[in-house]
Amino acid sequence: MEHLLNIFIKSIFVDNMIFAFFLGMCSYLAVSKTVKTALGLGVAVTFVLLITIPVNFLLEHYILKEGALSWLGEGFADVDLSYLSFIMFIAVIASIVQLVEMIIEKFSPQLYNSLGIFLPLIAVNCAILGGALFMQEREYSNIAEATVFGFGSGIGWMLAIVAMAAIREKLRYSNVPAPLRGLGITFILTGLMGIAFMSFLGIKL
Amino acid sequence: MSNIEKEPLFSARNIKLLTTPLGDSNPITVQVLGICSALAVTVYMKPALVMALSVMAVLAVSNVVISAMRKLIPGRIRIIVQLVVVATMVILVDQFLKAFSYEVSKQLSVFVGLIITNCILMGRLEAFAMGNKPWPAFLDGIGNAAGYGLILVIVSFFRELLGNGSVLGFPIIEKIGLYKLGYEDNGMMLLPPMALITVGVIIWVHRSRNKDLIESK
Repeated sequence: MEHLLNIFIKSIFVDNMIFAFFLGMCSYLAVSKTVKTALGLGVAVTFVLLITIPVNFLLEHYILKEGALSWLGEGFADVDLSYLSFIMFIAVIASIVQLVEMIIEKFSPQLYNSLGIFLPLIAVNCAILGGALFMQEREYSNIAEATVFGFGSGIGWMLAIVAMAAIREKLRYSNVPAPLRGLGITFILTGLMGIAFMSFLGIKL
Repeated sequence: MSNIEKEPLFSARNIKLLTTPLGDSNPITVQVLGICSALAVTVYMKPALVMALSVMAVLAVSNVVISAMRKLIPGRIRIIVQLVVVATMVILVDQFLKAFSYEVSKQLSVFVGLIITNCILMGRLEAFAMGNKPWPAFLDGIGNAAGYGLILVIVSFFRELLGNGSVLGFPIIEKIGLYKLGYEDNGMMLLPPMALITVGVIIWVHRSRNKDLIESK
């Protein structure tokens, strides 16, 4: 249990998707103008990560990894399909995003409208595929660890985008040098927030 | 079809496709595409160069493929088709890197795979390749990847020089002898947040030289 909690805290603060790996920056920069839409996108990303990472974990462990197909019989024990992982992961992600899009459209048209183009773009959000690839690289040993990692990464991403949106809402009242306005200041602010987040380095429960 | 004049391969319009992404419509600083991977691979110059070349290969080829198929792709499933084409190219590049330069491939870790979700690819495929012929699409791909690579090289140059005292692995500061004068490397430059700040400063310089790009409040 403690081990899981550790992974959770670590994926939120230490290995934060945005501040440590810059994943999902495109939508992070574009949607962080108001807190409300930022929160909506954050929830959607967390939800998609929470579903896709365990699914991709099962895919990795029972189909793609070297020797993963041994449950089919002796002859399959040394089949290694790991070169197919990119295309399999992205296919799983794209279809789950489609599903989430349909569910949100049905149950919350308001959120659907405010997220606009960015909902289908979650499929190509680097944070989602990045989460799957990190899951593969770090070799989590069971599905609980992978799920907790996915959920934590999503929460970390949401935290970052909501914090950024809150800062940008306040920023409207300040006098930023003209060439830095918009994109430039956002980059520098993210960098400063990243430095603040670095103080979490080395936390271990 | 006879009224379409044959355009020379390097007409003024085509040259423009190649050069504007380097400056006025740079994919990173102006179109805000492909930032995700751009920042993480810029600690040292070598992985940054490899990354830029990989993106160039993937973007040019998938632009041509999508552009050649643009009339056959049904509108509703175009994203999936684009993803499949891109993912295939990325798998090829990944296997190639693993075979011929394993060290760099380890350094880039997940970021080669993340070329699939690099916004430059989807952005250019959607915005350009779906509506243009293969040859301009090819040039557009090369141009945009070059613009992306340019920023990568600039950022990684400063980060490696200031953070590690070397350029492309060559310990230039040590050779000049600055360490003896009391100069020390700024280890901070190697950490992730400084990539963001470096790009922020590049945007600042770029926009103060080119007033048209300044965002209205």
